[in-house]
Amino acid sequence: MKRPGSGIPARASIRALKWLRRASQIFFFALFMYFLLQTGFRGNFAAGSDAPVRLPYPVEAFLLANPFVSIMTVLSTHTVYRGLLWSLGLIALTLIVGRAFCGWICPFGALHHFFGWILPSRRGRGAARVEANKTHGRRQRIKYYIMVASLLGAVAGSAIGGMLDPICVAVRSIGLGVIPGTQYIMHRAFGAVENVPARAVQSAAGHAEDALAQAVWGSHQFYFHQTWLIVFLLVAVVFMNRFIPRFWCRVLCPLGALLGVFARFALFGMEKNHAKCTDCNLCLVHCQGADSPQGGVKWRQDECHMCLNCENACPEDVIKFRFLPNRKSAIREPDLQRRTLLATTAAGAAFIPATRIADSLDVNYHSKVIRPPGAVEERAFLERCIRCGECMKVCPNNALHPAMFEAGIEGLWTPILIPRIGYCEHSCVLCGQVCPTGAIQKITEKEKLGLGVAPVKIGTAFYDHGRCLPWAMQTPCIVCEEFCPTSPKAIWVEEVEAPVREKTPGPNGEPPAMKTVKLQRPHVDPSLCIGCGACEKVCPVQDQPAVYVTSVGESRSKTNVILLENTKYQSKS
Amino acid sequence: MSDEKDARPNGRTDEKPSRRDVIKRVGQTAGVLAGAAVLGRLLWDRGGTASAATATAQARDFRSKAASSQDAAELAIARAKSDEAEPSADALVRRAVDAMGGMQRFIGRGDVVVIKPNIGWDRLPIHAANTNPDVVAALVKLVLDAGAKKVVVADASCNDPHRCYQRSGIWRAAYGLGAEVVLPDEHRFRTTRMNGEILDEWPIFTTLMDADKVINVPVAKHHNLAKYTAAMKNWYGMLGGRRNRLHQNIDTSIADLAGFMRPTLVVVDAMRVLMRNGPQGGNIDDTKVMNTVVATTDQVAADAYGATLIGQHRDNLPYLKVAHDRGIGTMFWEKLRVREV
Repeated sequence: MKRPGSGIPARASIRALKWLRRASQIFFFALFMYFLLQTGFRGNFAAGSDAPVRLPYPVEAFLLANPFVSIMTVLSTHTVYRGLLWSLGLIALTLIVGRAFCGWICPFGALHHFFGWILPSRRGRGAARVEANKTHGRRQRIKYYIMVASLLGAVAGSAIGGMLDPICVAVRSIGLGVIPGTQYIMHRAFGAVENVPARAVQSAAGHAEDALAQAVWGSHQFYFHQTWLIVFLLVAVVFMNRFIPRFWCRVLCPLGALLGVFARFALFGMEKNHAKCTDCNLCLVHCQGADSPQGGVKWRQDECHMCLNCENACPEDVIKFRFLPNRKSAIREPDLQRRTLLATTAAGAAFIPATRIADSLDVNYHSKVIRPPGAVEERAFLERCIRCGECMKVCPNNALHPAMFEAGIEGLWTPILIPRIGYCEHSCVLCGQVCPTGAIQKITEKEKLGLGVAPVKIGTAFYDHGRCLPWAMQTPCIVCEEFCPTSPKAIWVEEVEAPVREKTPGPNGEPPAMKTVKLQRPHVDPSLCIGCGACEKVCPVQDQPAVYVTSVGESRSKTNVILLENTKYQSKS
Repeated sequence: MSDEKDARPNGRTDEKPSRRDVIKRVGQTAGVLAGAAVLGRLLWDRGGTASAATATAQARDFRSKAASSQDAAELAIARAKSDEAEPSADALVRRAVDAMGGMQRFIGRGDVVVIKPNIGWDRLPIHAANTNPDVVAALVKLVLDAGAKKVVVADASCNDPHRCYQRSGIWRAAYGLGAEVVLPDEHRFRTTRMNGEILDEWPIFTTLMDADKVINVPVAKHHNLAKYTAAMKNWYGMLGGRRNRLHQNIDTSIADLAGFMRPTLVVVDAMRVLMRNGPQGGNIDDTKVMNTVVATTDQVAADAYGATLIGQHRDNLPYLKVAHDRGIGTMFWEKLRVREV
């Protein structure tokens, strides 16, 4: 590429690296999407019937490599959970080449890179774009404050910062919003095509739906509780690229901020030859991080995404990336306002106690906060759950959903089971397999089913006798009993003979005659019920089921219990 | 836009629009109004409800038209003999089908054949809640040997279908023999009129009907509400939607389904039979090894005979009487040409 000015092209190595970066961004974004689409059990025709059901890929890999997630959970739990040790690799990468993750690997960053390129408004090009890409201290500091507040929130006992972690945002918004939304639209579109009265068109549409179901989204449409808010926030931050390229990465991203803190030690960096700069601003036109690549000012190492666009664009050899550069023209630390920093620290530390005073924990148990099987006790759960949505994406029955305010404002987007939409599949332990932080432990099928140990209970089922068909309407049903998966069944039926009125009145206006019907009336044995919600899911009383599960009796809690036998203080503590 | 150009500095224009302009503007207004009126009239729902197109209902009859010879059984019971060292499902299925006149009697060259096992539950073969995978495999082999072009194995499961298909062992067994195993994807269901007494319109798993021949391969088992179920109840697996409502009148709905779906052949798997806690089971102690396979073309007779395996009797199973009275089959199985092999 010929550049204006000197006309000397950039170094061959830098030109090659720019293309390598583009390839890397595409590769990692594709890998991220592939893993996200594979976050669900698709079955395997080659597997034997007793082979344990597991996912073939480490679909949560991007979260395991995420140092923001691991540092948060280290602060809240004082341990590094299993695969999160991989995040050391990303810290090592940052210590060598700065925030290259943001420019080369991050799938959410790549998304914003793309939209920052494709979306700018008419007023967002040329000089306006140069202006937008200059370092904007006040704006760009926000992400550091978000990061600090998140870390203090973690110290106070909640991994709430996951709400704004870029990988969590990407998994949650794409997995729980964009993918099911696209599936819904496609299904509607193909449905319309299949109504075209032409055999060839119909079968083509049918084949396309087969292929999409098999390769992309799976066999059923999934729905997610109140997911509009999650999608709205995604659309909002993507739209901001119209005005400020990579708004998310520069202004909000707490992971970028964390990597920015480590970037000060980076061995690879930029050197500038200010004397040669002609103020053409070509570097700024292409800058991703708004890190002051231009001559005359110091480079902001903590803001730079290492995309190498500036050196590629520079016609005068002002900018040079190299190992062990001189640090004369670089600012390596984020410039933060001490008072704002203290204020956000205090805010982060105070928020969690404040939400807990608001009765969501300890004194009041929300009946609908049914946590996934293998979830740790609620306090420990909030210390670990980063609201990434992996468990909700992997759940085969669409049972797990992002909470709105059921678990308090602190529990926003943490997983809850909504049995009316889907029940917990008896032999399934996939949510724990994909949970990156151990909020849901990696339990085995034996532990969950209770083979040799007590089974995992997530709640208890109750009957509403006023709505249940055999109880209230003298009508046979017991679908709940049929679906109850435990052995022996937690739902048992009582054979009764009950009087029922004939439908039509007798002769001469007499009241309708009475007859007797044989019925099976269901009961729950709370000591056997595991709260899976299969009964609630299949109850034919559609709007408000006659059998429903609440969280009481969950085996993870020592206090949210009914039965004396489940209060084993001695044996558990 | 031309108005703007003509505008005086004070922003007002004193010139009247030209005649051409007036005609154009009035014409545009009239055109849009006329368009809206025509569209409105075309889409007018005069009665207040958009009348849905009602297709005529039609039972799906896959029965073989070939005349049955007097040698062939009408109900064949293959039971492992006491001296058989290792009773194999393969051999029992073969014996039962051969007693019925062989698979060639039912399957023609180039047929697309659907095999409908019970893959309803996330249970292992040893729990006997789903059809034994070896029985399904034996049938796939027989059908392919008889010259079928394509064999499709499918069911609409109760639990997560991927898990049911895999853990029942049927996916691997059938796929390994070259059958096409089709998952009950949502888009494969189509609302269909069934004209049953209670089953009027229902989403149907179309894969099970898009065939030349259909073989019903249920597993015989206890059912807590219907007491014993196998062949006729197996057609629940072609329904989508919220089939949980059907339990309120399970007997009539079973008979409705059996009247709607008339299979080419019924092969009942009673290799291992769930005696209690059906239909889902889950406890090996509730099962009993019987090493039996029943073949027939009569769904009602299949269930009337099968009920005796778990000690039930046709008089306790109202759905048999409903189906018998409707002429779907006979519940007096003893009156058929029964052959034990």
